[in-house]
Amino acid sequence: MKYLFVLLFALLSITQTSAQDATAILNKVDDNINSHTSIVKSDMIIYGRRNQRTVTSVGYTEGKNKSFSEYLAPAREKGTKMLKLENNLWIYSPSTDRTIQLSGHMLKQSLMGSDLSYEDMMENRKLTEMYDAKVIDEETIDDRKTWVLQLNAKVDDASYDSRKVWVDIERYVPLREELFAKSGQLLKRTELKDVKKIDGRWYPTKMNYKDMLKDGKGTDFVVLEIEFDVEIPAYIFSKAALKR
Amino acid sequence: MIKFIFKAILRDKNRSLLPITVVATGVLLTIALSGYLSGMLGDIIDQNARFQTGHVKVMSRAYADNVDQMPNDLALLGLDEVHEELNNNFPDYTWVNRINFGGIIDAPGENDESKGQGPASGMAVELFSDSSGEVERLNLKESLVTGKVPEKSGEILIGYEFADKLKVKVGDELTFMGSTMYGSMTFSKFIISGTVRFGVAAMDKGTIIIDFADAQQMLDMADGTGEILGFYKDEVFMQDQVKEMSKEFNAKYASSSDEFAPVMKTLGEQSSMGSYLDLVDSVSSMFVVIFVLVMSVVLWNTGLIGGLRRYQEFGIRLALGESKGHIYRAMIYEALLIGTIGSIIGSALGIVVTLLMQRYGIDISGMMKDATMMMPSVLKSKFTPQLLYIGFIPGVLAMVIGTMLSGIGIYKRETATLFKELEV
Repeated sequence: MKYLFVLLFALLSITQTSAQDATAILNKVDDNINSHTSIVKSDMIIYGRRNQRTVTSVGYTEGKNKSFSEYLAPAREKGTKMLKLENNLWIYSPSTDRTIQLSGHMLKQSLMGSDLSYEDMMENRKLTEMYDAKVIDEETIDDRKTWVLQLNAKVDDASYDSRKVWVDIERYVPLREELFAKSGQLLKRTELKDVKKIDGRWYPTKMNYKDMLKDGKGTDFVVLEIEFDVEIPAYIFSKAALKR
Repeated sequence: MIKFIFKAILRDKNRSLLPITVVATGVLLTIALSGYLSGMLGDIIDQNARFQTGHVKVMSRAYADNVDQMPNDLALLGLDEVHEELNNNFPDYTWVNRINFGGIIDAPGENDESKGQGPASGMAVELFSDSSGEVERLNLKESLVTGKVPEKSGEILIGYEFADKLKVKVGDELTFMGSTMYGSMTFSKFIISGTVRFGVAAMDKGTIIIDFADAQQMLDMADGTGEILGFYKDEVFMQDQVKEMSKEFNAKYASSSDEFAPVMKTLGEQSSMGSYLDLVDSVSSMFVVIFVLVMSVVLWNTGLIGGLRRYQEFGIRLALGESKGHIYRAMIYEALLIGTIGSIIGSALGIVVTLLMQRYGIDISGMMKDATMMMPSVLKSKFTPQLLYIGFIPGVLAMVIGTMLSGIGIYKRETATLFKELEV
């Protein structure tokens, strides 16, 4: 009986330590990746069955709840703008000169034919607010040692029921993420590569999002330029900026 | 002999009236119900052909594999070439382009805010081409609740319940937001030219119709289409012919490994329509079998009653030396004649009822408020040459079989006891 108590206590300690560690790891990842503001110029490369397209955009972000994107190329997308404030998303189309707010299940639509949905783009809460995390393993990805974190939703409105995140042990950068449905089916996989040190932060500059329910190579997201903690004028995050 | 029996039938009404009435009623019901069911199932197939499947449909192979998802990124390109081939090889068919697409419809309100928004299921058809016959084929003019069919580019038709939901009316502007064939975001403005009632709840609540050329431009599908639908010139579906056609067309591309090569699918190969076609085929056979079984039992019973009534007559005929076989055969000849007369009367009445039902039908629109299946709101019968014999032959057969069953009793009569039975 004495041994049983010791074993139980040890197991509880390990579980508690592992949960605390996982939360601490996620917080460190958050600190490393996120900044107060950022301006990112990027290419989104969408692989279709017939062709591949590159959509260039510049995105302005402040905190978790404000972001503004303007599409620069190709011609068909040029001038399209998106504004995200809290849980609202507006899209401006220059061809019709209209601003449309997307809501509800329409947010589940694909973003510009990519493997990302508007909902994926809208996600702004910290992972630690939505999921209980624990370290379940250690693995090596591209010669980098990683912790494998298992995240299970603790809120009802999480977009995915569970996630697995592979976090670089030294740099606190996620190198892979898998998103699962309640049934356990793998829905999406993200691979993060070309990690570079930018302004003192380790940042992945090439990402591949793959909708596992679709055929194809997924969607690449390549960071062309990035600036952290720069001042962004307040009007950028207003509906008026969409039509400017 | 036949003349003799015929005279007997005419003179002895008790002998013929009941069986003729029973046979005629059975034949009438068989023809009327068979015509109605064929008409109803035929209408459902016809409606699906007009809106969804065509008599045949040409798509890219990749599109055909995912047709339920409206995968316009896998659309058929090189339209002129494909049309030329189809028109040259199958000139008896009208070939029309269609694009099915999905997206969001947004109704602008004051200060550029949305006053209504909803997911839309779009259908692009050749509205402005007289030769396509699409406006008539889709019965658009008759389905209008308000307004008119689009007459120029930029006009749109919308399901009347969808219009109510978006709080829009004829003349109002709508913005469509969706994806082009290449995945780009696309926005287009349209003016509502009319609201339509399709008679299918799912369509009334979320369908929009625009011109094909508008859709090509909006979805970046120049020289492309989702589907090419083929309709036989007078809109009659001929299953065997389309099977041959698709076999011939698909054989040309059999050696190609291109996943975007065209492929032709017949109506029966799409959207579980094959099982409907089988059902239509089996309905007639089903009716004949049920009819013969039920009517044989009824006429057996009628024959037994007649046999009892004519018990004395048969007794006297046996006593006079007529053989049992001769009496039995005479009864069968008589049944054949009665069955023929009854079947002629029943067939004539059944065809009249079918023709009336073909013209007027039964209005079921009141029962279809929440229907999700594509069904016509007035169900009509359909007269086919098959109806001329579908009731007639079983009518005669049932009478003969019924008589044969009831007449077996003749062989059980004992000559020795005849005089006692006849109380001579």
